Amino acid sequence: MQVNTYRAGPDEKGHFGLYGGRFVAETLMPLVLSVERAYAAARADPSFQAELDGFLSHYVGRPSPLYYAERLTQHLGGAKIYFKRDELNHTGAHKINNCMGQVLLARRMGKQRIIAETGAGQHGVATATVCARFGLQCVVYMGATDIERQKPNVFRMNLLGAEVRPVTSGTATLKDAMNEALRDWVANVADTFYIIGSVAGPHPYPMMVRDFQSVIGNEAREQIIAAEGRLPDTLIACIGGGSNAIGLFHPFLDEPEVRIIGVEAAGLGLHSGKHAASLTGGLPGVLHGNRTYLLQDADGQITDAHSISAGLDYPGIGPEHSWLHDTKRVEYVSATDDEALEAFQLCAKLEGIIPALEPAHALARVMTLAPTLPKEHIILMNMCGRGDKDVFTVSALLEGKRHA
Amino acid sequence: MSGQRDRIAERFAKLKAENRGGLVTFLSAGDPDRATAQELLDGLPIAGADLIELGMPFSDPMADGPAIQAGSLRALKSGASMARTLEHVHAFRRHDQDTPIVLMGYYNPIYRMGGEAFVAAARDAGADGVIVVDLPPEEDEELRPLVRRAGLHFIRLATPTTDDARLPAVLGNSSGFLYYVSIAGITGTRSAAEADMRRAVERLKRNSQLPIAVGFGIRTPEQAAAAVRIADAAVVGSALVEVLARNLGKDGRATPGLVADVHNHVRALAEGVRGARVQQAEAAR
Repeated sequence: MQVNTYRAGPDEKGHFGLYGGRFVAETLMPLVLSVERAYAAARADPSFQAELDGFLSHYVGRPSPLYYAERLTQHLGGAKIYFKRDELNHTGAHKINNCMGQVLLARRMGKQRIIAETGAGQHGVATATVCARFGLQCVVYMGATDIERQKPNVFRMNLLGAEVRPVTSGTATLKDAMNEALRDWVANVADTFYIIGSVAGPHPYPMMVRDFQSVIGNEAREQIIAAEGRLPDTLIACIGGGSNAIGLFHPFLDEPEVRIIGVEAAGLGLHSGKHAASLTGGLPGVLHGNRTYLLQDADGQITDAHSISAGLDYPGIGPEHSWLHDTKRVEYVSATDDEALEAFQLCAKLEGIIPALEPAHALARVMTLAPTLPKEHIILMNMCGRGDKDVFTVSALLEGKRHA
Repeated sequence: MSGQRDRIAERFAKLKAENRGGLVTFLSAGDPDRATAQELLDGLPIAGADLIELGMPFSDPMADGPAIQAGSLRALKSGASMARTLEHVHAFRRHDQDTPIVLMGYYNPIYRMGGEAFVAAARDAGADGVIVVDLPPEEDEELRPLVRRAGLHFIRLATPTTDDARLPAVLGNSSGFLYYVSIAGITGTRSAAEADMRRAVERLKRNSQLPIAVGFGIRTPEQAAAAVRIADAAVVGSALVEVLARNLGKDGRATPGLVADVHNHVRALAEGVRGARVQQAEAAR
């Protein structure tokens, strides 16, 4: 497909080419339309952006630094590596950029009750945080499996005053949490705003979440020009639903000289059947309000995703990524659980930064790519979350490996 | 409709002639297993179902409550598929040429099969209509025309949140009957207040000639009777699926009394529905 710009989407019905849209039950449709209207009004209102900017500066801690990872660069012996350090945000990940935007929108709409789904718990913590800040009731749906592997974040949410509701249906992970949040929304249409954590869900969510996360790429663009006097050669980010990645990528999509790489979770390997690589291993389908690539069987039943990282453990991907995949503007590759674990440890030892398991997937591809590139080549990777939440999981896994 | 019978129109005409409301039953195809599901389906008309909604099982039924979610997963576990769902319909049609069957489900299994292939197979199997829960008017242009061209009805859902601005979009191009979802919520959870249901159905009647079936939250013969005093038919799903589930053994398999118990429940609902307007007329005298 030949296009003049990769940044114009979606169309007025929320489609990115074939993907996106509003595939929701009629009960939700009027709500989805009201969110769309409210967001369009907010987007056109300078006072909304000013309010958001104020909270991003003074509460979230933006701009996040752009950091030259000198020791990692030397170790890999090739391209120069920069980290966009969104793990330094309040609550430890990029998720709060979006939550802050959406909670301000919910306030404009007069909604008193907030619901959210969460996988790794980062989005749940970020949502619980902004709800505490603005005094709103908060209910977070989380798969029972994820509650088990992300206990510190469950405790944080409770501390912040949120109610965490365990979801036991299906595979008890992120997709089931999202089903349950949608069911809650259908049943509480009048007073509830659903803060979706990724570039998923019905239009306008994929666009709105992208817009709120684009602060990452906009800052990174200014910062790399200040540091190097030019744009980066390669951008890399991990992808579950894909919000941190689209946030970094979007401001660069129309720069043809910038190579852009998204890294999906290959779990135990793409051929094992136990992975979360929707683009590499999936087919277009319809789930959670939009059309996108999905892990599914021949009969259209959604299959289980698997990743060491709860945040990537989702059988779909944001619809804009599906479009960028088909148009070939962005390259989508993958990294396995083991590769991510290795990158996790290397980053901690060389840079004094414990990454979340999610960006450790992006880092794994940086590790294979950087040595093949010249020293002038600049790679900019989104360090979208910190690994405090993962230390127990990783410790158990490494312990297991030692005994294996 | 290319010469083929319109069983849905025929059935509502018959109900009107008999001056009674209809009972619409919902069960998931293949729940709890293929043989039991076929037996359940085959016996529904005798037990008193006027129209049959047959659920096309989906792994992620977002608009359904716990009972139908569980039924959908049981069916999938026992090997349910789109092809097998249509085989159930085909087998049913060997002995029943009159009772309409509406296929109800979510879009992804249809999309994966391909819209054209799906509507052709559904028509050939003997289905009469399609309800796709997550395909609102804004997105149904890719399927609805195919369904209509195949001579099947495309039945839309109206809900308490469907405001006046949206109502024309929902009613336009809808056919067969209208399904009024009487609560803002998922299946099998709470029930609507009768006054709210009446107001909503009257609004739909003012704007559409189509028969109206009311569903979500109708569990008992009394509730079904109340619904058909207001609308043309009452849909009962979760309550039947719960009766089915009560008859599963510890191993999750059907126990011998399952089919009879579900059919008895249908019979009770049908009696409620059939007696409703007689009582109403008597009360008026």
